This record gives sequence, structure tokens and C-alpha cells, in this order.
Amino acid sequence: MIINLEVEDRNGETQTVELPTEVNLNLMEALKASGYNILATCGGMALCATCHVQVLKGLDQLPAAQNEELDMLDTLPDAGFDSRLACQLKVNESLDGIKVKIRGDEH
Amino acid sequence: MIKTDICIIGAGPVGLFTVFEAGLLKMRCHLIDALPQIGGQLSEIYPQKPIYDIPGYPEIKAQELVDNLMDQIKPFDPTFTLGERVEDLEQQADGSYIVKTSDGTQVHCQVVAIAGGLGCFEPRKPEIERLEDFEGKGVAYMVKNPETYRDKKVILAGGGDSALDWTIYLADIAEKVTLIHRGDTFRGAPDSAEKVFDLAKEGKINLILQSNISSISGNGHLKNVSVLGKDKESRDLEADYLIPLFGLSPKLGPIANWGLNIDKNAIEVNTFDYSTNVERIYAIGDINTYPGKLKLILCGFHEAALMCQSAFKYVYPDQKLSFKYTTVYGVNSF
Repeated sequence: MIINLEVEDRNGETQTVELPTEVNLNLMEALKASGYNILATCGGMALCATCHVQVLKGLDQLPAAQNEELDMLDTLPDAGFDSRLACQLKVNESLDGIKVKIRGDEH
Repeated sequence: MIKTDICIIGAGPVGLFTVFEAGLLKMRCHLIDALPQIGGQLSEIYPQKPIYDIPGYPEIKAQELVDNLMDQIKPFDPTFTLGERVEDLEQQADGSYIVKTSDGTQVHCQVVAIAGGLGCFEPRKPEIERLEDFEGKGVAYMVKNPETYRDKKVILAGGGDSALDWTIYLADIAEKVTLIHRGDTFRGAPDSAEKVFDLAKEGKINLILQSNISSISGNGHLKNVSVLGKDKESRDLEADYLIPLFGLSPKLGPIANWGLNIDKNAIEVNTFDYSTNVERIYAIGDINTYPGKLKLILCGFHEAALMCQSAFKYVYPDQKLSFKYTTVYGVNSF
């Protein structure tokens, strides 16, 4: 299926991004593939926190963060209760309709 | 001054393997890395993670690969400068280079190989106004010498392992230790978290949870740190030192100022020999870019081999390079 989510970039511009769920991507990879500038140092192992996003809408519909993601978020100076690591979110129906703001380091 | 043939910037897997390929061609190497240990990302970020795409190893832990590379390059006796960042490359009249680091180390070499991965790992800084004005004047991002903090008022900020570990360590040394954390729990090493809560209960440290630093002030040296709680309550703390510990983040750093062609934080190279637009400077591994680039360790190894073949002409301008297999000639140490 195709899901839609709203993505706010670092300049505050919001766009709707369409993503297919069949490709087995995580949100970090999908955002990079959609042209967003995300450093993703560790490549998706929840070890660098450079794909930090703030979930502005739909936080409750996401699967709960696992310990390693929470550990990493704890190390960030600017993480909030609505922070997630994009690399730990699988692109599937749980992301449909959410809004995220990109917070992590630029490339 | 240190003298070598190839100065390698970055001691990650690709930088280390360059020593081997250079050694086969009788070229000596000196490596410089901003991190205090070798191994780059592999040792700093994911030492215990298995890697599955190193040829000949169905599975190998990142740190194990680094250890193996160190064994492999031992015959060629590489030298290291660790914990220093390369600031400047200065070309000499004869074409050779002097590489200068943040701590004043100088390396004279014929060729520079940049194997800098994603750049230098630098401490992630919280957004606090005038924070940089107090760097070295009370604000530090790592604990270099714990004795600095003896009988001082020290504030640490962060919720990761290093914030916990240093809080525990400094509790015995400093006059007063305060730990400020954004959350109300610590998910890092449970033992350390428990110890921190115990120390707080015993009154040996001051633990401020669900709070962030809102501002800092002082006259020439840090004196006060203001903390804002989730409950919007603000409090002022006296401080001789503030140590924010929020992990490391890679930055391209001074590499951007060396006149190299850069595209999206990567150095453009010619895939013939991974040379940059500046003669005698090569870029290999994750730091370079070219059509079809894949950021894989194994691609970096390949790039290192080709680069060394090309670098030979600068190190031995009067000699003809003849390609030899290790199966025929073995590995002849220096």
C-alpha cells in the first residue's frame, strides 16, 4: 500500500511524502530516498541519533520505542517526549497520516 | 617533526588497510585521528556489532576487524598521532606536504591520504546561548583530567552512560556535583543509574531531573548555570565547571578549507586512482564521492590499493613500479 505522511524540514517547510510499504525501508532510509538531508552516521543501528525526528502528529499510533532507541534519545540535548529515531520506524501503515519534523544532524 | 611517506588522516578500517597496501610498495605511513583510539566508527560507535560483508568473513565483530587489521599492518610499523585533529596541510616547494594538527604536531610527507570517514567526531553541543564563549573557561565537553575538578563545583548534563559514569567518578573528587537530565529515568547501564540515584539519596550529589539548562553566565569564567524544569520552575546554580555530555557527532571540519572539490560533505575523486583535484592528496573510503559510490568498508579497501599504486610515483619518483602478488613475494616487513 501507499501511505502519506507530512514532513517538516529544518527550514520549517512542510510537504506531504508518499511512501510505498512493500519496499521494507525504515523512515530514515525513506526520507533520504525522498531527498531529505539526513546524516545517518550509523546507517540505521540506533547508535548515532542523527536521524532524530519529532513526531508532531500521530505519536500514539506508532509502535513503542525499544530500549536501544530510548537509550540513544537520552543522549540528545534536544530530545522531547515526542522524539523518535527515524531509523527505528518501519515504513508501514502505522506511519500513515503522521507528521514529523526533522531534527537530527545535517549531512 | 615526524617524517613519513604517506600521512593518512583517519585511523578507521580503510586508513589502517592503506598501511598494508603502502607497505607492500615500501612506503611508510603515519596515521592521525581526532579520536583517542584507532578504529574510527567501528570502535567508537559499534564495536560489538557484527559485520557480514567483509570478504572471507561470514561474520566479524567491528572491533575484531580493527584488531585484525592492526595485526595485518604490524610488519609495516605504522606510527600514530591520536586525539588530535588535522587543521592544515601546507605544501612545500618540492611538492611534499607538512600536515599540522590541533595540538601542534607536524608530519612531513610526500602524499596525503584522507580516509576521514564522516569527518571528525566532535562533541554534540546543547543549544545554550554564549556556551562557546565559556569553552575552556569552565565549559568542557569531555573529562580529560579529573583532578581539574578537585574541590570544585561541577555541573554535568546528559542522560547517557558517560554522564552517569562521570557523575559517579567525580562525586568523590569535586566539592559538589550536580547532574542535570532531561528525563526522569536513565536507561543506560542500570548499575550506574542505580548508583547515581543512591548517591543523590545520600546527599552526595545533587540530581536535577526533568530539567534543561536555560542559560549560563560568568565574568570571564563560568559562575552560574540556570536550569529550567519541566514544571517551568527556574533555579540558579553556582558552578565552576559545566560538562555537557551529549555524545559525539561527525563534522567535516577543517577538511572543507583545503581547496578540495567537495560535494555534499564528501570529497570528489577520480576513480582512476582516487586522487582529488589537488596533486598528492587522495581521498578514500566513506569521505569520497564519485558516480556509483557505495559507502562500504570493502570498497574503501579497494580504493586504498589503487591509491597506493598511484602514490608510489611521488614517494619514489625515480623507480618503476612493478606489481607483485603477496602469494609470490610474501610480506616483507620494514
